[in-house]
Amino acid sequence: MSVLIFIDQSEGIVKKSSLEALTYGADLAKQLGTTAEGIVLGTVSDDLAALGKYGVQKIHQVNNAALNTVDAQLYASVISQAATASSASVVVFSHNQTGKAVAARVAAKLKAGLVAGACALPETNNGFSVKKTVFSGKAFAHVNVLSPIKVISLNPNSYKTVATEGTAVVEALAVTVAEPKVKVTAVNKITGEVPLTEADIVVSGGRGLKGPEHWGILLDLAKELGAATACSRPVGDAHWRPHHEHVGQTGVQVAPNLYIAIGISGAIQHLAGVNRSKVIVVINKDPEAPFFKAADYGIVGDAFEVVPQLTAAIQKMKAGA
Amino acid sequence: MKILVCVSKTPDTTSKIAFTDGNTKFDEAGVQWIINPYDEWYSLVRAIELKESNPAATIHLVTVGNADAEPIIRKALALGGDEAIRVNTDNSDAYYIAAQIAEVAKQGGYDIIFTGKETIDYNGSSIGGMIAELVDAPYISLATKFDLNGNTATVVREIEGGEETAEVALPVVVSCQKGMAEQRIPNMRGIMAARTKPLKVVEPAAIDALTSIASFELPPAKAGVKLVAPDNVAELVRLLHEEAKAI
Ligand SMILES: Cc1cc2nc3c(=O)[nH]c(=O)nc-3n(C[C@H](O)[C@H](O)[C@H](O)COP(=O)(O)OP(=O)(O)OC[C@H]3O[C@@H](n4cnc5c(N)ncnc54)[C@H](O)[C@@H]3O)c2cc1C
Repeated sequence: MSVLIFIDQSEGIVKKSSLEALTYGADLAKQLGTTAEGIVLGTVSDDLAALGKYGVQKIHQVNNAALNTVDAQLYASVISQAATASSASVVVFSHNQTGKAVAARVAAKLKAGLVAGACALPETNNGFSVKKTVFSGKAFAHVNVLSPIKVISLNPNSYKTVATEGTAVVEALAVTVAEPKVKVTAVNKITGEVPLTEADIVVSGGRGLKGPEHWGILLDLAKELGAATACSRPVGDAHWRPHHEHVGQTGVQVAPNLYIAIGISGAIQHLAGVNRSKVIVVINKDPEAPFFKAADYGIVGDAFEVVPQLTAAIQKMKAGA
Repeated sequence: MKILVCVSKTPDTTSKIAFTDGNTKFDEAGVQWIINPYDEWYSLVRAIELKESNPAATIHLVTVGNADAEPIIRKALALGGDEAIRVNTDNSDAYYIAAQIAEVAKQGGYDIIFTGKETIDYNGSSIGGMIAELVDAPYISLATKFDLNGNTATVVREIEGGEETAEVALPVVVSCQKGMAEQRIPNMRGIMAARTKPLKVVEPAAIDALTSIASFELPPAKAGVKLVAPDNVAELVRLLHEEAKAI
């Protein structure tokens, strides 16, 4: 028996969301009285043995260049073979882009019940029940998993990474790797920016900023905070900002430690994508804006005056600290 | 070319989220039902566009649901699509639903199967991947573009912090999101035509569900907003630093 955790990497570097999945999987293994093992695919430059500090005892590696890009079919085949080899009773993924492509396939292959978007450890005293977000973050469901093998994908930013001491044994896993059918021909990473779904802080702008030419004040604030930038749907629709920045029920769902909303009214569909944020700050000139009801801190004021002052004040705090 | 578009019924985005029966059931009182926006705006419209450039293509819609899903299917048919199939069962387990659609897919022999990136109620992002596994086809998730060149699809999909372009031979299963197409409004002709389009009802295959929802829970209410005067942003910075420990 084991808990098998999929370790997602990009260009050889293990993703932050996978460190959360590792901590979660290791805690689950402890709860179940079993071992935590990892599976990593492709060429990795990170020190895999050092991932033992997140509680994983063994890491299976399939170091095959065919796995350096994601073909969900191939990934699912290899991960399922690893699950069988390690007699996994639970397979854990991050519910990130790769997890969304692969976890469901692995679940179908292993005839394992899937909880996608989990946000807490399972209750295992009486059955196996996992809490997950539903209705775009407006509620939670407790899902009973009825099958012997279970697959869980963990919402990014919902489980705290804990590093202690430890070294993992890294072993090459002998599996058959077919030729990928999905051929990646170009990768277009937005360099110099923090990926939105991995960001600790997100600074987001709405129609209140009036036009793309006014985004400078928001970008300055984001830069000062090391934050990712986001926007409301009409801003994306009007091409003031690229569409991948659109957050909300029909866009990207984020759960950063801090979400700063500037000139966004706080429509229910917008809130659905951001309400899992730990702390929400709203800057809006309309005291009646619905966003204030969902906020922790707020300033009723003109964004064009408040935002540059905020950037300056943060600069000052940092200089003083 | 045959395209299968998976369509799901979801509560309207402004619906009040509440539960009944000791928090075990979604409270449907007063809820308006819509086509899951990802299914409607992106997968269905992209399928219609593909048919517009290749009139020999056929589009089938499939939904897994009770008779009360039919208005949604008719609305989808008003946008486009040649016929619809409803698998007559109600179940929330992703595997159960995907396995029903996979049965339909195997019988229809489709070149392309489109799903939305997720439903806005269950947020699983699971159905497409499961169908793909069950019909043994490649899967492209979170696609923002899909173009055909003969039997090869060129797709753009979301990755962490960017996107990538990939090529894959048909048949393929694709989950669609923003970028794939632009939302359309059904016109009168479409609405009239939809009334007479075939809507086949099939009984579900014998599949065991692998999960079930035990209960729901609402998040705790926020304590209330702390307002800071606009001429005192330093105070906001102090609160974020010292109290919220967020910066
Ligand atoms: C099915 C459906 C799905 C949707 N999905 C999404 C989604 O995923 N994400 C999303 O964001 N929206 C979504 N929407 C749209 C949503 O309903 C709102 O229309 C949208 O979020 C509003 O965007 P906004 O807040 O930028 O603009 P507005 O609502 O126009 O708000 C602008 C705000 O800026 C404030 N403002 C103006 N000037 C200033 C100033 N100088 N300083 C400070 N504040 C100022 C105003 O007081 C106002 O509150 C969806 C809608 C539907 C029907």
